[in-house]
Amino acid sequence: MLDIVIAIVLGLLSLSILICTGRALIGPTMSDRIVALDTIGINLIGFIAILMIVQETAAYSDVVLLIAILAFIGSVAIAKFLEGGVVLDRGDS
Amino acid sequence: MSLIEVIVSIFLILGAFLSVLGSIGIIRFPDVYGRLHAATKSATLGVIFVVAGVFLYFLVVEGIVVGKLLLTILFVFLTAPVAAFMIGRSAYNVGVKMWDRSKQDDLARDLEKMNKEKPKKSDF
Repeated sequence: MLDIVIAIVLGLLSLSILICTGRALIGPTMSDRIVALDTIGINLIGFIAILMIVQETAAYSDVVLLIAILAFIGSVAIAKFLEGGVVLDRGDS
Repeated sequence: MSLIEVIVSIFLILGAFLSVLGSIGIIRFPDVYGRLHAATKSATLGVIFVVAGVFLYFLVVEGIVVGKLLLTILFVFLTAPVAAFMIGRSAYNVGVKMWDRSKQDDLARDLEKMNKEKPKKSDF
């Protein structure tokens, strides 16, 4: 039973990532693309976490944590870059 | 089919359902702020459900405690609102238009009032 559920869930997450890719391609402004890419990163965490059940290994937990950190830092960095400021400011600029 | 498989399956299906709802919101909402609203709450709760289900599977079936998955849940729960706040602030400062039928814009009113009270910035 768990195999069928895992197949369905992987399909749903793939559909979700596909829809986000469409928004990242057609987004009218650059902020739409940032939102879509951030959501792709969030969905990728769940995808790789389910691959841990499929392959019955706990070795991918590092990958899951690292993708969470990189998605957050990437979103914040692109948002600050789009705003036209520096990435690390002191609040008096 | 044991009990733990049913519980893990409920967690996984609920998480995938919330993720798909977030993506539908991303493709359907009319402006950036609505899309941010859909993406940052629904997808985050979905991925928290999925990772919690995987943690339960490894805890009961395999018999190992994967602490990094708990750390991932905590990290996503803490940093998704921060990232959404940064994206929304940068979108407002760049000048992305709201939807035509948006009723009110409190930040514009407050910025106007603040500029009227303090016309020039004190340099120190």
